[in-house]
Amino acid sequence: MMVVYALYGVAALLALAPIAIVLGAAPRTQGPVLGVATSVVYGASLIVTLSLCIIALLSLFEYSQSPSLVTLPLGLPWIGAHFRIDALAAFFLVVVNLGGAAASLFALGYGRHEHSPLRVLPFYPAYLAAMNLVVMADDAFSFLVSWEFMSLTSWALVVARHQVRENLRAGYIYLLMASFGTLALLLSFGLLAGPDGHYAFDAMRASHPPAALAALVLLLVLVGAGSKAGVVPLHAWLPLAHPAAPSHVSALMSGVMTKVAVYGFVRIVFDLLGPPDWWWSMVVLGVGGITAVMGVLYALMEHDLKRLLAYHTVENIGIIFIGLGLALAFKAHGMPLAAALALTAGLFHVFNHSVFKSLLFFGAGSVLNATGTRDMEHLGGLIHRMPQTAFVFLVGCVAISALPPLNGFVSEWLTFQAILLSPQLPSWGLKFMVPAVGALLALSAALAAACFVKAFGVSFLGRARTPAAARATETDSNSLAAMYFLAALCLVAGILPGFIIDALAPVTKSLVGFSMPHQAGVEWLSIVPIAESRSSYNGLLVFVFVVLSGSIAAFAIHRLASDKLRRAPAWDCGYPDSSSATQYTASSFAQPIRRVYGTSVFHAREIGEMPPPGATAPARLKVELRDLIWIAAYAPVAAAIDYAAEKLNVLQFLTIRRYLSLVFTALVLLLLVLAIWP
Amino acid sequence: MALIRELAFQGAQMLVVLLLAPLLTGFVRKVKARLLRRQGPPLLQPYLDLIRLTRKDVVLANNASWLFRAIPYIVFAGTWVAVSLVPTFRSGLVFSWSADLIAIIALLGSARFFLALAGLDVGTSFGGIGSSREVMIASLAEPAMLMIVFTLALVAGSTQLSTMAAFMVSPEVGLRVSLGLALIALLMVAIAENARIPIDNPATHLELTMVHEAMVLEYSGRHLALIELSAALKLLLYISLVGCLFTPWGIAGPDASVQAIAAGAVLYLAKLAAGGFLLALFETAIAKMRVFRVPAFLGAALMLGLLATLLLFVSRSL
Repeated sequence: MMVVYALYGVAALLALAPIAIVLGAAPRTQGPVLGVATSVVYGASLIVTLSLCIIALLSLFEYSQSPSLVTLPLGLPWIGAHFRIDALAAFFLVVVNLGGAAASLFALGYGRHEHSPLRVLPFYPAYLAAMNLVVMADDAFSFLVSWEFMSLTSWALVVARHQVRENLRAGYIYLLMASFGTLALLLSFGLLAGPDGHYAFDAMRASHPPAALAALVLLLVLVGAGSKAGVVPLHAWLPLAHPAAPSHVSALMSGVMTKVAVYGFVRIVFDLLGPPDWWWSMVVLGVGGITAVMGVLYALMEHDLKRLLAYHTVENIGIIFIGLGLALAFKAHGMPLAAALALTAGLFHVFNHSVFKSLLFFGAGSVLNATGTRDMEHLGGLIHRMPQTAFVFLVGCVAISALPPLNGFVSEWLTFQAILLSPQLPSWGLKFMVPAVGALLALSAALAAACFVKAFGVSFLGRARTPAAARATETDSNSLAAMYFLAALCLVAGILPGFIIDALAPVTKSLVGFSMPHQAGVEWLSIVPIAESRSSYNGLLVFVFVVLSGSIAAFAIHRLASDKLRRAPAWDCGYPDSSSATQYTASSFAQPIRRVYGTSVFHAREIGEMPPPGATAPARLKVELRDLIWIAAYAPVAAAIDYAAEKLNVLQFLTIRRYLSLVFTALVLLLLVLAIWP
Repeated sequence: MALIRELAFQGAQMLVVLLLAPLLTGFVRKVKARLLRRQGPPLLQPYLDLIRLTRKDVVLANNASWLFRAIPYIVFAGTWVAVSLVPTFRSGLVFSWSADLIAIIALLGSARFFLALAGLDVGTSFGGIGSSREVMIASLAEPAMLMIVFTLALVAGSTQLSTMAAFMVSPEVGLRVSLGLALIALLMVAIAENARIPIDNPATHLELTMVHEAMVLEYSGRHLALIELSAALKLLLYISLVGCLFTPWGIAGPDASVQAIAAGAVLYLAKLAAGGFLLALFETAIAKMRVFRVPAFLGAALMLGLLATLLLFVSRSL
């Protein structure tokens, strides 16, 4: 029954698209009318996504034992369109609609600043609907159609600001990568369906493909879902496309759509593909580890606030894939309890990342609105002008840096606990792989903290670097409400993680056959993954202790010693300079890290031009970074396609006779192939 | 009744570390001075400094934000909570299960995160250089520390410090290569984390070190007092950590007698004194490193930690 209600919700979202067009395209599309259209679309999206979220929560908690199914007479005539909500789908529906609701609330304020709302409004609800449909789809055809629909609507939102050339290029690359990914998924579903074409997921679940075929499916899914999620080296589109869209859509793309991609991966690999081989986990772990570190290193080199956040999504996807890879390893070796722990860690991070990444993108959007720039080198001192945005953005930064007592730490802690269980794995490859991946995870966590010190410190702290930053004003109350909501969620999920772990129990039970021990009954609301003597963590107590000891210290010092305060110019060792250009910039902040890691990873070079004494030319310092992945993987492909297109261009100017003979030869060749085929 | 007793022990530990931390700093300074044939400040000088600082007005830069004023308290609270959970003279503290070793390290990471933000808040180049170098050092020291934690956790089969300390006294431990590697790595990380020579120099901000002291340059009065106290607490934490993991003898168990606890306390003081003396000796004997030598130093610690973990993955007895 739940799935029917959910489909009504999706239908409502789909209906919003034409309504938006009608409202927006009414004669005299002046300010007030567009304002109404904006409020109607985002308000209705908010209500619908909230209801969908409630439906998903209900299905997760109440009806997770019996998945609800429905078949609609749409799609391929002989199978129809299957939809289904089981525990896994319900969890991801929560993630999608929570993100959707927050984005809609944010957009109620933010959307008013849109220059051409008609380019955003119709696609926004359709995009939300598409993401819901992907998660609910229960046959390959509706899955792929929804997946493509999701890609196309988000592409339309990416190129909403088509006046900027960069955005068009971003849209182009996004479209290419999306089609490539869908192609890989299409092939993988084809392999899963087998020669008889069982496109319903039920049939795929029942039949297990032979090992070689299953391996091929895994690689194809890793390419297909991975390119949408942004695993290295298929991440190239992500830092281009995510920032190009309006900020609430960026939040959805980064925080939610990448999670839908993770859903696709989990659905196929854990659910449809049958029992895993042990070496699959090696591939997933390797990809995850490299993705995590590369993502954060890219982010550290980036000075565009939204692109930095997009690169950070790449990092977090890596962390999620590390969790999933560990779960695969444990599952393959018949250690279901450990598999449940690792899978819980990965899925918990899915939830966490969707929350804090949306929050951070909203913050970046508010900054963009207030100052008109995303370049951190032009910001600074915003904490004075936008104190509330600064506060919530700081919460997001602490959460994403995996620092206690917020939520990012809990999921990484669980991942570490899963890694500590892995010496029991019998295969030698994993024995060497897992510690290395653990080191990569630890490295990425530390680098993430460095990156967010930079992101927050350079944009919000210090002195304003430009007049625009000095004139910024606090953002509107709707946007703030959305951000406060997500910030509160970061804290709650961080200090009461047991509830989320319990909520994930039906999901892990259905995928690996086991779930983590029930956490709600543990004393003091701690979380205990395996046994208390082994490891436990209590975010609530840590939070209370920190708050208490900080307040006691403040109270005692103010009462017993001194509470006087004087304002004076900055000390700076006696040489304060009034020019805000004397501050550390984002690039100078990242310089030590660039020197340590960048010289090998990016071939970073600093080129100093010092004019001779007496010359009037300015001295210059240039930094050169080379994106080696682009150079090694993308540029050759692009060059090859260019070359082939150039050579095949001849075929466009043939006479009719030659075309006919071409068609005829092709036909004969194909028939020959068929004849020779065994 | 038992709970009250346990709470009393937890409270005693919190007070003990708070009161001992400045003494340890004073002791290290005194030993260093004596090794250089100087008289050195009195042992209790850090206490006097802290009291004087808390009584003074805070001189706040015009541009400092609310965050800048909150950060000393956050840093102090985070460090204090972290150090309160490390077994010192008695293990099995009542709240020790609320954060395991990974969480303690992460708490210190939170403190550092905020301190690095404080360096950027006023918008001076000194603060910036301190912050950027601090996060660079942290980006290597933290993973190295986590690798060490992995090694110890794999040996002890737990990430709970109390369990680990109890395991380390038991005869099952024996001599292991991985523990040796972890100890060396831990000492290297501890030196870096506490901004000691050869990584940084706690005595000055005007050398080319300019890391920790440059980062907190704009602080004054009670804020500075809290930051200095946090630094002292952190030093105490690392020495206690090495003490409870690698020299776990004498730590009283959860249901030990009064004598055992008293013996534990005396031994703990002896461990602190030994740790402080060795630190002072090491600092006097070695020269400061160039900033860009630090990655090599910490990279070595990271590799040692990784090697130790790998050894344990390969064989449980190494």
